Amino acid sequence: MASMIIGLDVGGTHTDVILAGENGLVNRAKVLTDTSDLFGTILTGLDRITADVRPEDISHAVLSTTLTTNAIVTNNLHRAGMIVCAGPGISVDAFKICDDFHVVDGAIDHSGREIKGLNEGQIRAAASQLQEKGIDCVGVACKFSTRNPAHELKIAEIISPMFERVFIGHRISGNFNFPRRIATTFLNASVYPVHKAFFNAVQSSLVKRGLTMPIYILKADGGTMDFKTSIDFPGQSILSGPAASVMGSVPFADTDAETLVLDIGGTTTDMAVLVNGVPLLAPEGIELNGYKTLIRALKTMSVGLGGDSFVRVDGENIIIGPERRGPAMAYGGDAPTTPTDALFVLGKAAGGDKDAAARGINGIAEKLGVSVTAAAYRVFDQTCRQILENARQMVDMINSRPVYTVREALKGRRINPDRLLMLGGPAPYFADHIQSISDYKVKTVPHWDVANAIGTALSRTTCEVTLFADTSKRVATAPAERFSESIGSGFDLRAATDMALTLLKDKALSQGADVKDLETDLLESLAFNQVRNFHLVGKTIRVRVQVRPGLVHNHEAIVRHLER
Amino acid sequence: MLKAKHKTGLVFFPAFDWAISPTHPEREERLLYTRDQIVEEGLLDIDGIVELKAGVIDPIDVQRVHFCVPDIGSIMTESHFISAGGAKTVGCAVMEKKIEKGFALVRPPGHHSMRVAHGGRGFCNVNNEAIMIEQLRAAYGIDRVAIVDTDCHHGDGTQDIYWHDPDTLCISIHQDGRTLYPGSGFVDEFGGPTAAGATLNIPLPPYTSEEGFLYVVNNVVLPVLEEFKPDLIVNSAGQDNHFTDPLTNMNFSAQGYADLTRLLNPDIAVLEGGYSIEGALPYVNLGLILAMAGIDYSNVKEPDYDFERLRQSAEVTGAIKKICGEVMDVWNNRHAIRKQMCSNQDTAERRRNVFYDTAGINEFQHETLNICSKCGGVLKIDSSADTGSHILAIHIPKKACDKCKKTGRQWYETADTGRYEMIMMQDRPEDRFLVRTAS
Repeated sequence: MASMIIGLDVGGTHTDVILAGENGLVNRAKVLTDTSDLFGTILTGLDRITADVRPEDISHAVLSTTLTTNAIVTNNLHRAGMIVCAGPGISVDAFKICDDFHVVDGAIDHSGREIKGLNEGQIRAAASQLQEKGIDCVGVACKFSTRNPAHELKIAEIISPMFERVFIGHRISGNFNFPRRIATTFLNASVYPVHKAFFNAVQSSLVKRGLTMPIYILKADGGTMDFKTSIDFPGQSILSGPAASVMGSVPFADTDAETLVLDIGGTTTDMAVLVNGVPLLAPEGIELNGYKTLIRALKTMSVGLGGDSFVRVDGENIIIGPERRGPAMAYGGDAPTTPTDALFVLGKAAGGDKDAAARGINGIAEKLGVSVTAAAYRVFDQTCRQILENARQMVDMINSRPVYTVREALKGRRINPDRLLMLGGPAPYFADHIQSISDYKVKTVPHWDVANAIGTALSRTTCEVTLFADTSKRVATAPAERFSESIGSGFDLRAATDMALTLLKDKALSQGADVKDLETDLLESLAFNQVRNFHLVGKTIRVRVQVRPGLVHNHEAIVRHLER
Repeated sequence: MLKAKHKTGLVFFPAFDWAISPTHPEREERLLYTRDQIVEEGLLDIDGIVELKAGVIDPIDVQRVHFCVPDIGSIMTESHFISAGGAKTVGCAVMEKKIEKGFALVRPPGHHSMRVAHGGRGFCNVNNEAIMIEQLRAAYGIDRVAIVDTDCHHGDGTQDIYWHDPDTLCISIHQDGRTLYPGSGFVDEFGGPTAAGATLNIPLPPYTSEEGFLYVVNNVVLPVLEEFKPDLIVNSAGQDNHFTDPLTNMNFSAQGYADLTRLLNPDIAVLEGGYSIEGALPYVNLGLILAMAGIDYSNVKEPDYDFERLRQSAEVTGAIKKICGEVMDVWNNRHAIRKQMCSNQDTAERRRNVFYDTAGINEFQHETLNICSKCGGVLKIDSSADTGSHILAIHIPKKACDKCKKTGRQWYETADTGRYEMIMMQDRPEDRFLVRTAS
């Protein structure tokens, strides 16, 4: 029976690949990431892991790639055009995201009412200009399109025959925020070609190797989508790396406690919070390289503090990070010294050049006028304390998030994690000390150095649906799902929730979810009496539901073996 | 990239689960479309605009301002604690320089709540601005404060609370009380004998438009503020002067509100009324926030905005000029008026009925102020309501002189508990609130 899962996570230095089955970890590999040839890196990783495995034993593979993320952070974006229409409000010029940005007439207000119609000639003229510049991918975004998508749809209909691909704002996210809708649509259009090339390369090379299992892509919200769906939403593959680590900690978190997750890497430490084993989502969406988007993501914080952080002395003080200036001296770095070198001096780490590490730390010791061991201890201790301080700040930030109802305000639910799960290469070296200087109950995740790839493998398919209902207009809509249905005057919050959940399940299944993995949450549910001219005319209802980020239903058998 | 010129903090607390009653104007839906507009505009993503979480006020914060009868729990719901808490959060953030300017977009509102509170008046139970200001005075030692109330209804609660306080300038710009609730706010209401002129009322004729409001700001509000030199300017930012408001008859607009805000340049704004929840609030709030933050608002226009159609008549313009002249006469002569009102008198008394329209309560008040040449003067209010409550409320001002402090405490000690159900005292110099009952 096909029961093994491949998990692959492309990192800045290494690409981690695992093959997991009912007997736990079947295979694991680390290959160096070649950023100039990410396809090659991924295919090498897949080859390494599947060499002695029968293809029919593999149920599916989940890939967490940095292709699209890299394209964005290195400003290597495919030239894409935008057509937007805005209407009254903040002047749309402020949101000009690219050179090929065309504003056309038309406006929809907050209730979804058209207040200014489109001008077809103007749209065609803008499209022609884009076409003349050789642009083949275009995004369309209109203000309040999630209330009424008519303008976005009409523009897309007019221009679609002229371009290879048109991305439509309200299809990508059902949530409010016009500037973020512009950015999200633009990024999808801009990373589409690189993602599509990747898709084609992976498909054809797997077929050559006789591997025909379904492929999934990890998203920033810690969920997956099938490879085919990712062609329509390439932006969803952005920034899945931190999510991979968080998901790798999930199997080992207590389901009745709040847990802080620390992934200590070479350059950064990534932090997240699990509440009863479920990761917290970021309220808005991914922010990357100045782009604020509506792409769902786990709430993670990255601080420039890791095993390879640059350590120096300023007066009496040791400064650690946020930069990384190269590998630790113990691993052949040519100065300056790093926290990893301190670990070597203290005898906590092995397998590198301890003398080189000591030479590095000696530089610090001399400036501080203390012994090499004392200096190493101070560097080590301070690294742990700085990580804890950053973790505290993240918890504070989560707790200071505003709420909009009396009920939530009174519940005043503050998170206060008392467990800490650590992963990443240097994790075990830090765990004991962090435990001794804090009140956390600290645990290192099994296979901490490939836990991110394990998390990638075990993640389930997730998605979100937003539904609006208006009983005075007798209609329920979920524009992102191309859904609109007439409703009766007695339609209520309960009926809306049921309707949203049905849409959610259909969507999840169409994006590759297993029917056994449809654990859902109600993220928002509001019903308001609508009163016009002092008469009750109906109810306006908002419901937002998700498939909760989590692990595939059969993960327990796999995880049991990992813990041994 | 948009960037705010002034770092601006917002507390947004729409109380999506609180209403006076299911179809009341002050209901859950009121700020829904405002939230939609603010979120859709990406306002909270702008560099220099931050959203703060509404804190909750403590009982002492209320007791500095109000005598709640019979107690706080009977007057305030949780939503009032959070709404006033939102104002306090913004106020503290401004004082601590975490933000330059702050706007508490909260409900329920508060400007009709007076010093003695037997129940709700004009959708208000406690006065959010006064609670915030007195908390800031207690915690940060600020002294002179100006409140400019731009709600369409007269800010009679705020006026009542500061009637005898020469250090708090209360300016209310509103639709003429002969044509609108609460029926007060005329030019001749200008404060008590020790604080005359520190209350200024500018009643405007119906159909006043942008031109008229901005005339008032330029010709009365700004010159008076210039002379008063407040440490803090607070705007009671009601939005019901809007041409689409269902409860009022004015012709103000989002552009006008934004211009007014830019000119007034308040440190803190607190939302008051405004019940055109789809046609006005989303646009007025957006314009107001952009104006506070110093960001271009020229494109913030209601779909049915038409400057020419909304324009006020020449008759209205003339009436406004006349009223502004009268108000400036009061302001310019305030010292003489105070002198005249205080001469040859030891006490000043006020007897009046207060109607609590939201709660359906009638109250009769007999207020006695000790006229003092050294301070604002200690005062006591004998208050009885048709609920059966009868209390004595004593207020010793924060800057009371020793003699007035002593008088107030003596009133408190010697009042007859047989006559009053409760004797309550706001002892502001000691920042304490005391209650004495028979048992």
